[in-house]
Amino acid sequence: MGYRSHLILVAAILASFVVSLYSQYLNPYYLDVAINVGVNVILAVSLNLINGYTGQFSLGHAGFMSVGAYASAAVTMFLGPRWLGERTALLFFPALLVGGIVAALAGLAVGVPSLRLNGDYLAIVTLGFGEIIRVIFRNTDQTAQAIKRWTTEPGGWVGLKNWLKDTGWTKAILDDMEKLGGALGLQGIPAYANFFWTFGFAAVTIYVVTSLVNSTYGRSFIATHDDEVAASAMGVNTTKFKIIAFVVGAFFAGIAGGLYGHFKQSIDPRGFDFIKSIEIVVIVILGGMGNNLGVILSAILLTVLLEKLRDFGDYRMMLYSFLIIVIMLARPQGLFAWPLGRKDAAPKP
Amino acid sequence: MAEFLQQLINGLSLGAIYGLIALGYTMVYGVLRFINFAHSDVFMVGAFGGFYLSKLLPIQALSAKVGGLASGDSSAQRLSLLLQWLACGIGTLLASMILCAVLGILIERLAYRPLRTRSKLTVLITAIGVSLLLENAGQFIFGPNPKRFPALFPETSYQLGRLVLSSNQIIVFVVTLVLLGALQFIVQRTKIGTAMRAVSFNPQAAALVGINNDVVISFTFGLGSALAAAGGILYSLNYPTIDPLMGILPGLKAFVAAVLGGIGNIPGAALGGLVLGVIEAFVNGSRFSTYTDAIAFGILILILLFRPAGILGRLQVEKV
Repeated sequence: MGYRSHLILVAAILASFVVSLYSQYLNPYYLDVAINVGVNVILAVSLNLINGYTGQFSLGHAGFMSVGAYASAAVTMFLGPRWLGERTALLFFPALLVGGIVAALAGLAVGVPSLRLNGDYLAIVTLGFGEIIRVIFRNTDQTAQAIKRWTTEPGGWVGLKNWLKDTGWTKAILDDMEKLGGALGLQGIPAYANFFWTFGFAAVTIYVVTSLVNSTYGRSFIATHDDEVAASAMGVNTTKFKIIAFVVGAFFAGIAGGLYGHFKQSIDPRGFDFIKSIEIVVIVILGGMGNNLGVILSAILLTVLLEKLRDFGDYRMMLYSFLIIVIMLARPQGLFAWPLGRKDAAPKP
Repeated sequence: MAEFLQQLINGLSLGAIYGLIALGYTMVYGVLRFINFAHSDVFMVGAFGGFYLSKLLPIQALSAKVGGLASGDSSAQRLSLLLQWLACGIGTLLASMILCAVLGILIERLAYRPLRTRSKLTVLITAIGVSLLLENAGQFIFGPNPKRFPALFPETSYQLGRLVLSSNQIIVFVVTLVLLGALQFIVQRTKIGTAMRAVSFNPQAAALVGINNDVVISFTFGLGSALAAAGGILYSLNYPTIDPLMGILPGLKAFVAAVLGGIGNIPGAALGGLVLGVIEAFVNGSRFSTYTDAIAFGILILILLFRPAGILGRLQVEKV
């Protein structure tokens, strides 16, 4: 590793910047697919830290993604313009970071209880968490309305009601909540995400996850995955590393969500359901758990495959699911599990 | 109080259905230690099986006849019509259960058995693939538009004081109790049931004493899928619009119920289903009804935090 990996990171960011400068000459359809690929790479690599390297089976990655998507959209659409008085693309980077940080906090909230659970029980908790997030976003508008109604009701809690009703920023937050959530989703997000931001962040994600895992410090993630009992006997604080994996993974999932929202320009709670989480898990397992290169390749392959299958119209999803079964039967070790990779990274039977 | 009891009844009838589906998850987990994601789509196929099979039997005609009965008709006539109707309904239920049992066995044979020696995650992804395949094939074969499920059993509702009990709820309770009794008998009293418990306890040792693990696993899949089909039909009686994606949410909830009761534990699955159903009914009846799913999952998370192995599950200490 050493400084070479820093150079690769800088080179990748520069390359995505250069491509982005000329992106108007590219076929817009290919650009669209490319950005989808980039978002999926971020999602898959960040999930690989949780599921692959640390061995915690998370089924709630789409939940973190939606937290990031909504939080960053809230910054670029509501909070930012309120403070600065205008909508500006300068807000995009801080908005993405806010999305990532809020998602990381959500990751902390899931990671802390996860220290008591493992295996399928953890999968259920993360799945349940993802569903809870989805339901909350589906109902924020009604919740805000309900709170507003409550503040005008007579009786009890007068101080709190007046504070909510008369303080400028609490009122503003309630107004924003009303516009943000809801079953119909959020439309009109500014289209700030482009090739540069997507692939720049993909490069950062790959860099951070790879360097983290390959550092002396990060060996503990792999130790937690390989044998939790032995790792803790050797003095590794496995709980701490599980939580770190959740927080870092969720942070990048939040960034991916922010990119996705500012690219599609509309987000919908249904787009971040359990099926989306499953999609990311499929990418990670097909690529080979705990094998970043394989996961990146399989994110590219599956995204492009799903696009190519559009030619088949109605048969598209049928073929996709059929291919997943066939690939698993033909190459159960993952598509890109080469013998020169870490052999011991294979998941425990 | 009447309100409370009413919600309790609604919750128990919903929970009984969750329990039936959860049994399939928990039995497969018991013998193979993996989550069969395709189970929720077997549930969907069961509902569609009921839908198409009911067209073969004269249920619509019988229902029209029963509706056309005047109060002057003899009670013997009425009874015979009702009995015919019930027989048709039970026939549909059984035929759909057999259909799904065959489907479940086929899925296991073709998609899961070749991967038996591989890691559980590999099988999990295959299961997700099978689940997506069934959903999309369902949209292709049955059509993506929702269909109206016919009334398989005569529908009435009974007043018990201030409580309302619909005939569908009674049917759900009766069918669930009969099936649970049958399952308990099969698992505890028959040879194949004993073999199932043996495989679940220790597959290698079971093979050593001459149990054919493959047969037992096929049987488990068949049994679980048949219960899912029954669950699918009972669910469709209560929520009579069916579509190829109908299995996802009830399947997810049933899975949650199985984990809640302690996955791998048969009475646990039934109990988990009932608990989840009752919680959902009470939330649905309150002012937070749009938050039903969130609250159900929130309570699940809380229960798992205090009993990490589920209500009836036993925490296994990992041995080094």
